[in-house]
Amino acid sequence: MTVVRGLFIAQRYSAMLLAPFVLIHLALIIIVVRNGLTAEEILSRTNGSTLWFVFYVAFVLAVTVHAPIGVRNVLNEWTRLSGGVVNVICLCLALLMLSTGLRAVFAVT
Amino acid sequence: MLKVSIWRGVDEGEFIDYEVPMRANQTVLDIVTEVQRNQEPDLAYRFACRVGVCGSCAMTVNGRPRWTCRSHVNDVIDGDRLVLEPLRSHPRIRDLVVDLAPFFETWKGSGAVFKPSATRDDKPVKITADDPARKNADAGIECINCAVCYSACDVVSWDKNYLGPAALNRAWTLVNDAKHGERKETLNKALGDGGCGSCHSMGNCTRNCPVGLSPSAGIAGLKKFALRGLPKVEKP
Amino acid sequence: MANNRQSMRTHKSYFAFVGHRVSGLLLALFLPIHFLVLGLALEGADALNRFLAFSELPLVKAAEWGLVVLLAIHLLFGIRVLMLELTDWPNSADGRTAWIIPSVIAALLVGVIFLAQL
Repeated sequence: MTVVRGLFIAQRYSAMLLAPFVLIHLALIIIVVRNGLTAEEILSRTNGSTLWFVFYVAFVLAVTVHAPIGVRNVLNEWTRLSGGVVNVICLCLALLMLSTGLRAVFAVT
Repeated sequence: MLKVSIWRGVDEGEFIDYEVPMRANQTVLDIVTEVQRNQEPDLAYRFACRVGVCGSCAMTVNGRPRWTCRSHVNDVIDGDRLVLEPLRSHPRIRDLVVDLAPFFETWKGSGAVFKPSATRDDKPVKITADDPARKNADAGIECINCAVCYSACDVVSWDKNYLGPAALNRAWTLVNDAKHGERKETLNKALGDGGCGSCHSMGNCTRNCPVGLSPSAGIAGLKKFALRGLPKVEKP
Repeated sequence: MANNRQSMRTHKSYFAFVGHRVSGLLLALFLPIHFLVLGLALEGADALNRFLAFSELPLVKAAEWGLVVLLAIHLLFGIRVLMLELTDWPNSADGRTAWIIPSVIAALLVGVIFLAQL
């Protein structure tokens, strides 16, 4: 298994997870803004809920895999950065997404 | 009269305008030949068969890569103008001639080299026409290596690693060929660096293929194998 | 050379590629910010509410609308890509280009519903 093939597979499988997640997320955005966006409203839904915790952790993990691989492709194709530099940038992006993402999940659940 | 602008030079150069009489049933190759015979003897261009078999006469005609021998002027003309340039994404040699060596190198990169799985002493492999793998291979097998798809592909133009549609289309026909002895190796190369993962399904290869093949569909097939693994084909 | 590019890039599947890529890039840039804002809840509901008040500004609201549409576009174009790569094509020349315009319309529809809810 080459690195390229591994990344390709990881990005496609994470996409298959993300598709239903994003659908739920979009529906939620639309329902929630109807009532006005307040911290109390968000937290009352998510605080202490195992279901939302699992959902958002999975969401963050999937996006942490999906997005940096996509950005890696874009940087490799559309910039003159070397492959090594691109890998470092995308690894940093993944770590940033993972840390801020999980922190956000813990903050609201 | 037709107004024909032809690229003269290598990377540095300019378009020179020529006027060529309009005739019935003219192909673009006829135009270039007429210019070379009557007006510009040192114009460099390449052709061989003149009938759409050899794949050597492709050029950029009014912005799109085409085989010139089977492109009728009436079908491709813009008003009364014809702009002829060398194929995109290949090193230029002179005028309308490009160096196809790097293009043919990509075929090795994609593992698109047939390795027999039997010798002349073995019985011929029995392959039925309705075998699904054979149908896949058949769909891509008529490629004449004209490099039009390679030149049409945007990813090729900005990603020097990318092997391109022609080489991957050939790899696709081989991984579906029960007679090919290195299906797994070919697939691994086609899925590796610069392989099918770099294709973004824009479809310029398929839109421009003069033979009507669909490298896009073949590359999508390779991606399916990347996710699901190589299916078994009937062994000899 | 200008027309060398043009005719190759004025078709639907090129538009779908650019739309998918640009929307993905913008979402990737936005996500860490989104996460940081939600992280404000660690400091209590008040901190998050102060940001949410800021998000009521018209310009921020407009950006929010854009993000919702971008997310919908990336989702729908992404589903097309997965369909192209995982299922058999209806015929070998058809890269499901017929899905592209309806995807854009559907994404805009999501945007309209979002606006209607404000």
